[in-house]
Amino acid sequence: MTTSLVDVASSDATLRGFLHGLPGVDRVGADQRAAALATRSIKTAAKAHAIDLAISMVDLTTLEGADTPGKVRAMCAKAVHPDPTDPSVPRVAAVCVYPDLVADAVRALSGSGVKVASVATAFPSGRSSLEVKVADTALAVAAGADEIDMVIDRGAFLAGDYRTVYEQVAAVKAACGAAHLKVILETGELATYDNVRRASWLAMLAGADFIKTSTGKVSPAATLPVTLIMLEAVRDFRERTGRVVGVKPAGGIRTTKDAIKNLVLVKETAGEDWLTPDRFRLGASSLLNDLLMQRQKLTSGRYAGPDYFTVD
Amino acid sequence: MFEYAPAPESRDVVDIKPSYDLFINGEWVESLGYERIKTVDPASEEILSEVAHATEADVDRAVQAARKAYDEVWGVLPGRERAKYLFRIARIIQERARELAVLETLDNGKPIRESRDVDIPLVAAHFFYYAGWADKLKYAGFGERPRPLGVAAQVIPWNFPLLMLAWKIAPALACGNTVVLKPAETTPLTALAFAEICRQADLPPGVVNIVTGAGDTGSALVRHPDVDKVAFTGSTEVGRLIARQVAGTGKRLTLELGGKAANIVFDDAAVDQAVEGIVNGIFFNQGHVCCAGSRLLVQESAATAVLDALKRRMATLRLGDPLDKNTDIGAINSAAQLAKIRELSDAGEAEGAERWAPACPLPERGYWFPPTVFTGVAQSHRIAREEIFGPVLSVLTFRTPAEAVEKANNTPYGLSAGIWTEKGSRILWMADRLRAGVVWANTFNRFDPASPFGGYKESGYGREGGVHGLEAYLDV
Repeated sequence: MTTSLVDVASSDATLRGFLHGLPGVDRVGADQRAAALATRSIKTAAKAHAIDLAISMVDLTTLEGADTPGKVRAMCAKAVHPDPTDPSVPRVAAVCVYPDLVADAVRALSGSGVKVASVATAFPSGRSSLEVKVADTALAVAAGADEIDMVIDRGAFLAGDYRTVYEQVAAVKAACGAAHLKVILETGELATYDNVRRASWLAMLAGADFIKTSTGKVSPAATLPVTLIMLEAVRDFRERTGRVVGVKPAGGIRTTKDAIKNLVLVKETAGEDWLTPDRFRLGASSLLNDLLMQRQKLTSGRYAGPDYFTVD
Repeated sequence: MFEYAPAPESRDVVDIKPSYDLFINGEWVESLGYERIKTVDPASEEILSEVAHATEADVDRAVQAARKAYDEVWGVLPGRERAKYLFRIARIIQERARELAVLETLDNGKPIRESRDVDIPLVAAHFFYYAGWADKLKYAGFGERPRPLGVAAQVIPWNFPLLMLAWKIAPALACGNTVVLKPAETTPLTALAFAEICRQADLPPGVVNIVTGAGDTGSALVRHPDVDKVAFTGSTEVGRLIARQVAGTGKRLTLELGGKAANIVFDDAAVDQAVEGIVNGIFFNQGHVCCAGSRLLVQESAATAVLDALKRRMATLRLGDPLDKNTDIGAINSAAQLAKIRELSDAGEAEGAERWAPACPLPERGYWFPPTVFTGVAQSHRIAREEIFGPVLSVLTFRTPAEAVEKANNTPYGLSAGIWTEKGSRILWMADRLRAGVVWANTFNRFDPASPFGGYKESGYGREGGVHGLEAYLDV
């Protein structure tokens, strides 16, 4: 990090001054830009490439109270071989589960190259003490999670208590050890695009390896304009500090079209450098089957029915 | 690398005839002259079709047909009946939107994304909007029984061929006038398609007449003694000529001419959106826009950041086949226009401004110019004063709001301006002082049929669009 940003978090006042000094986001303009990029027409070879890229970026997710070890094992099998009839389909980037199921996922995925991500820090509300959040993180890391998806304290953020949010992210980052930290901003609760930009910078300053839009439990989740603003933030952050932070839209991305629109946003906002699973992920569950269906349509020229794709 | 594959819109939806006659009195009639004009696809230089070059005698026939239709049919038809025809035309335009978009892109060179998402939807919106006025004119504020003027002579440019036709014809017909319209020499095809739409809508013969031709045709039309109203959109040079020809004749005149708009960016602007606005302001329609934001005035304290962001954004612009759905910048409309853009750009360099364009391979055939930005431009440079009408941006800086106003107003033109700041009070302060017909705040090049459009100073007079646009076609 360049020296100019080292002191930003030293006090409440400097942090607030920095975040409120970021350029504003004009809602109308941001919506328009995202809508314009959504009209890009991705066909033939470009579509085939985009579908494989999107599959390789999927964080296959199950975050239900009713999750079972069996369900997680089934999902892991799918993650490694998304289409058992076609070995040319790439594996997904990661599976994402609750902390108590991390061990099952780690066992099922060992040696596969698919990462295990775990939500933590009193997901999805984040309403608990820092001790509990850190312990939650440690539990997942100890169980073998490669990546931690934490939530920020939106209450503190909206109250203007940026320092608390910063400290919590930094503490969880420390508890992560070697695991990568994704910071969920829950943009659906942040009310303005200005806040999305500020929260993005706040998370990055505190050490986030990824910034993620949503828990998937709040609507709206990952909208295109919000992803656009976060991509602008990581682009500007690299320019300023040299450090690269990834972006993960999650929630509400269900179709191949949605996924491709996201890839177009990445390409034309942050740039080609971000078009790799190390820097861009798609948090989703039902998306994968639609990607597989469209992939098969491109190779075979016809649509197979949904029964030809496994439901896990 | 994630490269976009070619995604061309199919041109099968259009049916271009090898040759077109004049549309007079509801019929296709042969010109009395022998000259023909070839219209080309500026992206490939392929000849699309040839059209008649109307003579003075042809123009006379068209004006006579319009006069007869005005006296016998249209001028006496109740407003609610006129509205029915206009609504019908608007619906047909929507139904044939894809065809019209492809045709416009072929003849003009603009990207299909723009003709599909901007031009044609606005064309339909204008007809819908003025159709709504046709039976409510007495509530428009021009008296209890506002009367139409009679026969309107309308001459339109090549940058938004069908949209300019709509801006002219929709209010004229709504108010009860009949029209003779001359489309631009290089872009006649959508106007001729519109003639077919008039037939499809069963519009009474003579209400709309389309005469294709060149400058002499336009001149014959505006000079015709039986014309009551002249409406022109185009260059200030030709506008002056028309004003001279019309002076003393009793004909009403509205002119929408050139511009050299200032797009003013303050240091507290939302930078990413301001950059989009700058790009949209000057590169939309290859900069062939009379209200283009061709002068960027950026506050000194933000200049480096804004210019860096602008150049980064310009590097992502996609120039090429206008029919490709992912193309952002299409072809320059004609060889003559390309020569003019080159000449002025070279003058900019010679006068000491610094020229920059992203790496941008140009197709071998056709007329192309890369998106270009000039920095270090002085007010006295030609590229800061003359309308380039191409994808060329001149960047100047300012320190205070007062200096921004002074520089923005220091031009013979006054069509439009843009302000980018997060401070609402400054927007109002600036808008009060800018001598421009349209002032956009935190956006640029946004159009709506309900909003009046027109210029100050040498950008012309009269307003088009909105309730103001009715005044130009009523005897008030």
